[in-house]
Amino acid sequence: MVAAMARAATTTDVFNAVAEPRRRQIIDLLGDGEQTVTDLVRLLGLAQPQVSKHLRVLREVGAVDARDDGRRRLYRLNGAALKPIHDWVKHYERLWSGRFEVLDAVLEELKQEEGDGDGAGRPDGDGDAPDQ
Amino acid sequence: MATVPGGPTATVTLPTSEEILITREFAAPRHLVYRAWTTPALVRRWWGGDRGEVTSVEIDLRVGGRWRHVMVAADGSEAAFHGDYREIVPGERIVCTEVFESRPHAQALTTVTFTESGGHTTVAIRVRYGSQQDRDAHSGYMPDGLQEAMDLLEQAAISLLTGAPGRAGEHPARASWPGAQE
Repeated sequence: MVAAMARAATTTDVFNAVAEPRRRQIIDLLGDGEQTVTDLVRLLGLAQPQVSKHLRVLREVGAVDARDDGRRRLYRLNGAALKPIHDWVKHYERLWSGRFEVLDAVLEELKQEEGDGDGAGRPDGDGDAPDQ
Repeated sequence: MATVPGGPTATVTLPTSEEILITREFAAPRHLVYRAWTTPALVRRWWGGDRGEVTSVEIDLRVGGRWRHVMVAADGSEAAFHGDYREIVPGERIVCTEVFESRPHAQALTTVTFTESGGHTTVAIRVRYGSQQDRDAHSGYMPDGLQEAMDLLEQAAISLLTGAPGRAGEHPARASWPGAQE
């Protein structure tokens, strides 16, 4: 088998590799420790050629490494390769979580205003959007 | 103004290689959540989150109308986003384009839906990029100052990737993964 890595995998390649649901399942399983293809076939309930194909894609982008232990080949996660995705998802999640926390407080105020009086609420500041 | 402590977590997943999906439940009826999402005076209060102050909000809420939000971070750097509305179902659904002005060629199509159940509202934000390159360019907004020292992939990251509910802000014990130190 000729392994040709013409260029280093870019972040987008890793995203693409990891976005596929079955490959994410494999990553999840490897998070518990090394596995053989046979282990993964059994745990995933997929045919071996499919599992091997997914592992190949993950190896090509460096998300997964393999080592030979006697007759077995063991697959494991390469934490460093997955770090860009982790960073990216985490930043995005934190950005929106920060917004949502403040939105929670704004909504509490709106609920209270609606609870007072006739439920029409205060007029909105800029007057751009009339109340529904 | 006190924030509501212990709010629900936001779930972020990558349904496909070009999409991000964020979902979050709010303890408020749908018409209020929609109002907070589409009223400039209200958007101004929450859209900056903990990243900065919102200095400008324009919302022309109609098909073909334009929106533009500007935020200024603590270091004075400005981040502006704009787009136009493609589809509006009042109270239920907003579809619009979104451009980060520092990366004008990377355009996203954002669909926000509001679903109510038992007085609570689930907001789902699906952001679809033209390509993975566009998605990464869009994410380049994240200021360098927020880079944390992360030398291991936390188990939480895997939860996010596989779609299981994540725990925002939690710092689980270090997972010792083979190869993670490399």
